Amino acid sequence: MKYTYFPGCSLERNAAAYHISTLAVTQALGMELVEVEDWNCCGATEYVSLNLTASYALIARNLAQAAKNTETRELVAPCSACYLNLRKCDHYMAQSPALAEKVNQALAAGGLAYQGGTLRVRHLLDVIVSDIGCDAVAAKVTRPLKGLRIVPYYGCMIVRPGYAGQTAFDNVEQPTTLDTLLTALGAEVVPFSLKAACCGGHMTQISEATGFELIRRLVKAATDGGADLIAALCPMCQLNLDAFQGPMNKHCKTNYHMPVLYFTQLLGLALGMDAKPLGIGSELVDARPALAKIGVAVPLAEPAAAPKKPKRDDKSLPMPRMSGV
Amino acid sequence: MTTTATKQRAPTFFDRVVAETPGDCRLGMCIQCGTCGGSCPSGADMDHTPRALFALINAGMRDAVLRSNTPWYCVSCYYCTVRCPQEVHITDIMYTLKRIAVQEKVFDDSKAPDFSKTFIYWVESYGRAFELGLMGVHMLRHNPFGAFKIAGMGKGMLSKHRMAFKPTRIKQLNSLKAILAKAKELEASA
Repeated sequence: MKYTYFPGCSLERNAAAYHISTLAVTQALGMELVEVEDWNCCGATEYVSLNLTASYALIARNLAQAAKNTETRELVAPCSACYLNLRKCDHYMAQSPALAEKVNQALAAGGLAYQGGTLRVRHLLDVIVSDIGCDAVAAKVTRPLKGLRIVPYYGCMIVRPGYAGQTAFDNVEQPTTLDTLLTALGAEVVPFSLKAACCGGHMTQISEATGFELIRRLVKAATDGGADLIAALCPMCQLNLDAFQGPMNKHCKTNYHMPVLYFTQLLGLALGMDAKPLGIGSELVDARPALAKIGVAVPLAEPAAAPKKPKRDDKSLPMPRMSGV
Repeated sequence: MTTTATKQRAPTFFDRVVAETPGDCRLGMCIQCGTCGGSCPSGADMDHTPRALFALINAGMRDAVLRSNTPWYCVSCYYCTVRCPQEVHITDIMYTLKRIAVQEKVFDDSKAPDFSKTFIYWVESYGRAFELGLMGVHMLRHNPFGAFKIAGMGKGMLSKHRMAFKPTRIKQLNSLKAILAKAKELEASA
């Protein structure tokens, strides 16, 4: 099946592991992804806080670029924030003719146009569980994630808001699609009531106390549930739970160690792929102890450089050498 | 007679909030039940819960609303929106209040508005977000000592190649700039 692919800014760098694991597993599952030509940032949650028309025009440029691929109407995004923005813009452009007209006037300045409803915006998880199907995925599993206790963490923006008239692919409060997928991979899914709770988004930069507390309660709940690791499906969630876990521990005076991997990385491992081509090793909270449970060895990302030894100058006078220096 | 009077009255603050929120935000349908505040993960840090803020909007207390920290503490999780029995688009209204506060330069703490502006500075200049530039500028301005707190994390991000040193520039940047300039012109004339 063919899809237009919107990676988003995070997947260029901080979530490069999500990007390469997405490409690896979708290829293995027989999906063909064509990247949106010259895409731009979706504006995250920031642009819409400043300027309505500009924020929708920024998103709509991506929709217009994506619609140029006439081979498919399916636009897939692995980042939940991009997914929400693209979907919301498409929705409101179809719902609100006044907004759509303004946005199209702006797009025309760049020689583009977009009509709401042209594309079907979907999250990568939705595509894998709905189009490929968990049974088909299970049939391809060669390295079951047996004995690995995983928290299925969805976060907010993949399941909400779901406005009237929008079809949701999963429940807005207690989603189950990732649970089903992880079970199909042979993992033991940890019951997790906070599965669709908020990771805090950008709050670590606005109010540390608020942001760190939201991270803490998720990491604590996962640890209390006896999880080996958390499966994430959004680069913002992964960044908060993984990279900010250290600063959170410092702030809250805790000592949690809960690795966070992308669901595509776990899917790749189950399909028999090696850890490195899936970007495993780039997480800041070491996932190696957890992955050792399923016999996956992860090479160290950066082998420590050998300390430089001062070279003895052969032409110098022979001097007595002290042992141990 | 009453109908005529309603039609001719000057637009209120409530009208403005509704007009500037995309779609039908249903703000007038709020029944003051408080489900929103009870569902909010950062509600404890807000000076007014969304419910209280909507009552203030109804009462026309424009300044109290725009000076409130509530919209800036909204984490955009949409729990309130899906739980609201009246289907008020609460998160979207929070965004509208942020925009009005920024336009009117009415906010008590500039940290959150500045974060959005810095984020967008890089997007408008290059077409893509730039994390190092965002964190650098934001921390210098609002949290210079915070850099020490996250030094270990920054080092980890750099050594794992998860942080770029320079932003990516899209190919058709001029086209994007023309689109955004036109959009801003339209927004200002509305």
